Amino acid sequence: MDRIPILKLGNALLVTIQVDMHDRLATALQEDLTEKIVSARARGVLIDISALEIVDSFIGRMLDHIAAISRMLDAETVVVGMRPAVAITLVELGLSLSGVKTALNVERGMELIKRRLDETEVADGDDDE
Amino acid sequence: MATTTSDRMEVRSSDDVVRVRQQVRARAVEVGLSLVDQTKIVTAASELARNMLDYGGGGVTTIEVVSDGMRRGLRLVFEDTGPGIADIELALKDGFTSGSGLGLGLGGAKRLCNEFSIDSKPGEGTRIVCARWK
Amino acid sequence: MTTRSHASLFATILSEHGPQILSAWSDRLKSTGALASGRLREAELQTQCRTVLELLSTAIAGGLDAASPNYGPLRDVLADVSRSRAVQGFTPSETATFVFSLKQPLFEAVSAAEAGDPSTVARAVQDITQLIDALGLYTIEVFQKSREETIIRQQREIAELSTPVVKLWDGILALPLIGTLDSQRTQVVMENLLESIVAQTAEIAIIDITGVPTVDTLTAQHLLKTVSAARLMGADCIISGIRPQIAQTMVHLGVELNVVSKATLADAFALALKRVGRTVVAVKARELPAG
Repeated sequence: MDRIPILKLGNALLVTIQVDMHDRLATALQEDLTEKIVSARARGVLIDISALEIVDSFIGRMLDHIAAISRMLDAETVVVGMRPAVAITLVELGLSLSGVKTALNVERGMELIKRRLDETEVADGDDDE
Repeated sequence: MATTTSDRMEVRSSDDVVRVRQQVRARAVEVGLSLVDQTKIVTAASELARNMLDYGGGGVTTIEVVSDGMRRGLRLVFEDTGPGIADIELALKDGFTSGSGLGLGLGGAKRLCNEFSIDSKPGEGTRIVCARWK
Repeated sequence: MTTRSHASLFATILSEHGPQILSAWSDRLKSTGALASGRLREAELQTQCRTVLELLSTAIAGGLDAASPNYGPLRDVLADVSRSRAVQGFTPSETATFVFSLKQPLFEAVSAAEAGDPSTVARAVQDITQLIDALGLYTIEVFQKSREETIIRQQREIAELSTPVVKLWDGILALPLIGTLDSQRTQVVMENLLESIVAQTAEIAIIDITGVPTVDTLTAQHLLKTVSAARLMGADCIISGIRPQIAQTMVHLGVELNVVSKATLADAFALALKRVGRTVVAVKARELPAG
């Protein structure tokens, strides 16, 4: 069975979802990510869904679960790049993904994770803006 | 109301759900639905097809391009011969689920369509018709 | 005499006296000013009349019920005529007159053909009246519908025109809403806003509703949905300029307002700048070269 690749970027993991996922693939991704967060000692997970044309309740739930699981494993999940039409539809569907952090693109998502690490790991010197 | 094209698709596995989504998308583009409306009807189709698979033991989806003279639209019919829905009103409420899901399926799908109707007899099956107009 | 044989009587009259009826009809139309406005050319009118008469004589052989399937092709043609009249700017009565003015020529043809039988003529006149009335009303209905479509399309266009999304700063957008927000317009506005958020990679969008006198429940819901949708995309919304009455509507909705709200657009902008790590300071506070 094909699987969605998970890349390591510093202390974060990056998943780019580019296919119209069937449900088993989504479940497999959830399992793979959980493993990888621990084995790679990741502190953040970026899920890029900018290529996804729809997010239904199944995928929405998967994102929620990944966020909840990673939080327990001390990693922050950020879902990035959700398209406007997808966002409007999800809201209409009744899913707010309130446990999931979001960002406009991978770069912003990465900043969000870094900022969080800076906050928790305290005093690493001041960065200039 | 006139039907221009009609596709009949079996839904027996989660791969079939993906195929239904893709076909609904193709037809929605053909009808000329806006991007947001396309996304809504494809998402509704995904919810309803999966529902049929998970709770109705699979079934048949019919995708129809329809017109009522003034406007065009997409009508989807989902039919299964599963256990049926005992209390439709309850099943449409958010949060209701007979499975492990979040229970947004039916009510959510209804909100994504312009028209939505359920016909179900316990023990005989369920037929859901929904439509999105241009 | 039954309706059925009336139908065949009409069919015979139409096929035998077709040309006379056609010319009497188009004369009537011209005398009532169908061509006066110059929006319709004579040749076009002639073609329309001829087509309608041909289809009528085919349809009428099968009965007198204008809603029956054998009148389908005729209804389609009348619908086309009606829609083009609507587009050309004719009034509903001018459009209906096109069909109604066929009555008189038909009456005349029937009276001439059945001159010796007044009771047949009387019944025939009644039937023709009913049939033509039904077709005429159908024409008006289609006319009305296509007008409505035009209005809806224009409303949509106006909605798009009247909702500019402006960039206030890098990453900060503002959407100043003015006028009544119905749910249709709100939807268009919101889609525009979300698209702009992507296009400009804006982290913060300010929705300013100072210029909105009132919102209904549905619109308030749309606003809230937009804020949720923007959050899903990774952007925050600030709503500014909420009037007291609107605040009441929103609270009445019973929705937990997880929305940041500021009294004025200026306040919202200041907050947005702070969020993106900027601040506005008075020039005096900086070290300026003297002079």
